[in-house]
Amino acid sequence: MKVFRYLAVSVDSIFAHKLRAALTMLGIIIGIAAVLVTVGIGSGAAASITERIESSGTNLLTISAGASRGLSSTSSLTLADADLLADATLFPDIVAVAPQYSSSATVIFGSSEGSYTVVGTTANYATVRNLTVAGGAFLSDAQVAESESVAVIGDTVASDLFGADDPVGQTVRVDDTLFTVIGVLEASGGSGFGSSDSQIYVPLGSAQGRLFNAGRSNGSYAVSSISVQGAGSAVLDALQVQIEQILRLRHRLAAADENDFMIQNQADMLQIASDVSGTLTALLGSIGAVSLIVGGIGIMNIMLVSVTERTSEIGLRRALGAHDGDILLQFLVEALVLCALGGVVGIGLSFAIAQGLALLPAMSYRIVIEPWAVALALAVSTASGFIFGLYPAMRATKLDPIEALRFE
Amino acid sequence: MGKNSAEHAEHADDRDPVITMRDVTKTYQMGAMQVHALRGVSLEIAAGEYVAIVGASGSGKSTLMNIIGLLDWPTSGAYAINGVEVARLSKNRLADLRNREIGFVFQRFHLLPRTTARRQVELPLFYAGVPDRTARRRALDALAQVGLGERVDHRPDELSGGQQQRVAIARALVTQPSILLADEPTGALDSQTGKEVMALFHELNEQGITLIVVTHDLGIASQAQRIITLRDGEIISDAPAARQTSPFLSASTNGQGARPAIPAQEVLA
Ligand SMILES: Nc1ncnc2c1ncn2[C@@H]1O[C@H](COP(=O)(O)OP(=O)(O)OP(=O)(O)O)[C@@H](O)[C@H]1O
Ligand SMILES: [Mg+2]
Repeated sequence: MKVFRYLAVSVDSIFAHKLRAALTMLGIIIGIAAVLVTVGIGSGAAASITERIESSGTNLLTISAGASRGLSSTSSLTLADADLLADATLFPDIVAVAPQYSSSATVIFGSSEGSYTVVGTTANYATVRNLTVAGGAFLSDAQVAESESVAVIGDTVASDLFGADDPVGQTVRVDDTLFTVIGVLEASGGSGFGSSDSQIYVPLGSAQGRLFNAGRSNGSYAVSSISVQGAGSAVLDALQVQIEQILRLRHRLAAADENDFMIQNQADMLQIASDVSGTLTALLGSIGAVSLIVGGIGIMNIMLVSVTERTSEIGLRRALGAHDGDILLQFLVEALVLCALGGVVGIGLSFAIAQGLALLPAMSYRIVIEPWAVALALAVSTASGFIFGLYPAMRATKLDPIEALRFE
Repeated sequence: MGKNSAEHAEHADDRDPVITMRDVTKTYQMGAMQVHALRGVSLEIAAGEYVAIVGASGSGKSTLMNIIGLLDWPTSGAYAINGVEVARLSKNRLADLRNREIGFVFQRFHLLPRTTARRQVELPLFYAGVPDRTARRRALDALAQVGLGERVDHRPDELSGGQQQRVAIARALVTQPSILLADEPTGALDSQTGKEVMALFHELNEQGITLIVVTHDLGIASQAQRIITLRDGEIISDAPAARQTSPFLSASTNGQGARPAIPAQEVLA
């Protein structure tokens, strides 16, 4: 292929004008790096949000008491509601149901103490919420059934109260009641309120009865929320509707009444998160794309200068038998090589920037430069070489050999 | 003049004409003014001839050379090269003819900057579509032929003027053209180097190439078989060199060129 032979010619000419080539490429380098880093920030944010949502379990519906979240004795959600949802003949698409009763309490070990969210729940909570035990074990069915005084603590709680010591087997005081620590959870990575790291898990009955004295409604203990694991992400929407209807019936709500509970659908949350981050990425990316266009115009500018500057070279090449197509290809390939080279350097630069930003303490998530973005960046830079190199190359072919040779 | 041409045509009868021109004119439009660089030039040059074109500055020598070399086009008149009428040819076909049939040597060498001698000489072969390996071998052969076998990897700024002109000659020769055109090839060289370059030309002509040289140097012109003299865009004399009928030549006093020799920058090693 003749095109490949022009590679040598254009590489020669680029190396003959190193500084000019570098300055030309600068626009493309900055453009590509800007696009990749901004899109990477968007992708990173999206990945971090998605990860956080998914780390709280898969195919999850969370039903929370609407009126007053759990603390009130008039909580609308009850253990009977949870038992009904757990009936496999009624809800074949529900895999597991884990009711929770949570409130905050002061936890003391030795001279250390702290205020944490204490969650009373059942044994299957660990699987429903994707919790992994780092040491010891999670609550067992038997322990839950007997409402034993045992607790599983989150990673942050463990390090706050026990430092480097092993908490398993130790006894902690939770609001005047003693609990034996039977397990420690692995750090989930999530931070802030609601992260499993700063929670402590006890059998449901222990929380409702001994610790918080939960209220009753129609003879059933109140719960603050119910986690429901569906059979797949496809059934979540249908399940949500079913659960809503059944709970409205059970709670005897009239058609005009608002729900006294709230159902959060994990698929919806993921959708919202990906919509938001998609918009963010597109916005950031288009800002970067503007700098790419500016870079491309820079290429065109320099190529036009280069054509004028090399008028006599073009004349000579014509005198030696170059066709229009030869001259066109030479300048086009040169622009392409410049842009592709700029693209490669820009990609390298974007990875360096991503690494650098990751070192900043303020950066709470990674910048994710995805392979498709790299491929797109290369394609775009090469395409801009073509678009912005074509006009100067066509100008070069318009030169008459004799005019070009006389030019000095 | 007409008589001279007729005599010459007789002399060249036994060989095929490579160049045939009939009433070629070239007019440049300079704003409202017209510059008649050539006013009706007719000539025939046979294969293997060694022709010198002389004349005062501005008489149209370079214009004529450029038309012969297919770098420029006549305003009117007919021009055929190897029997092919060029007016009918496309741009790319003309480029092919320049590539295969014509070798150019310019006064100012016109070498590519920062490019080795070998690359310079490979260039016409590149455009001819000759494979790289063959092109490399032929370029090295051509450089050896002009005595630069040892300098193939030198760049123009690492070569003397004479050596640069030899690179240009090797580049002109490498496609084995039938015609070699040289517009004041020694104009930028000192007289000794100029002589060496002309000796090389002479040798090439003896091997059969048709050689057309524009020159101001009488010594050079008189080595040719035939001298064409231009004045104001017309041929005023066209005769074998031995007859020395060129008014331009007789106008000069001694064997030196009409122009002061350009001082040598470097002497050929
Ligand atoms: N591109 C052009 N535009 C206008 N006039 C031109 C152009 N090229 C040449 N001429 C004119 O045509 C005439 C012939 O020019 P040409 O270059 O052929 O002369 P020459 O014999 O080669 O002179 P010299 O010995 O100085 O090189 C001159 O009068 C010149 O000014
Ligand atoms: Mg001239």
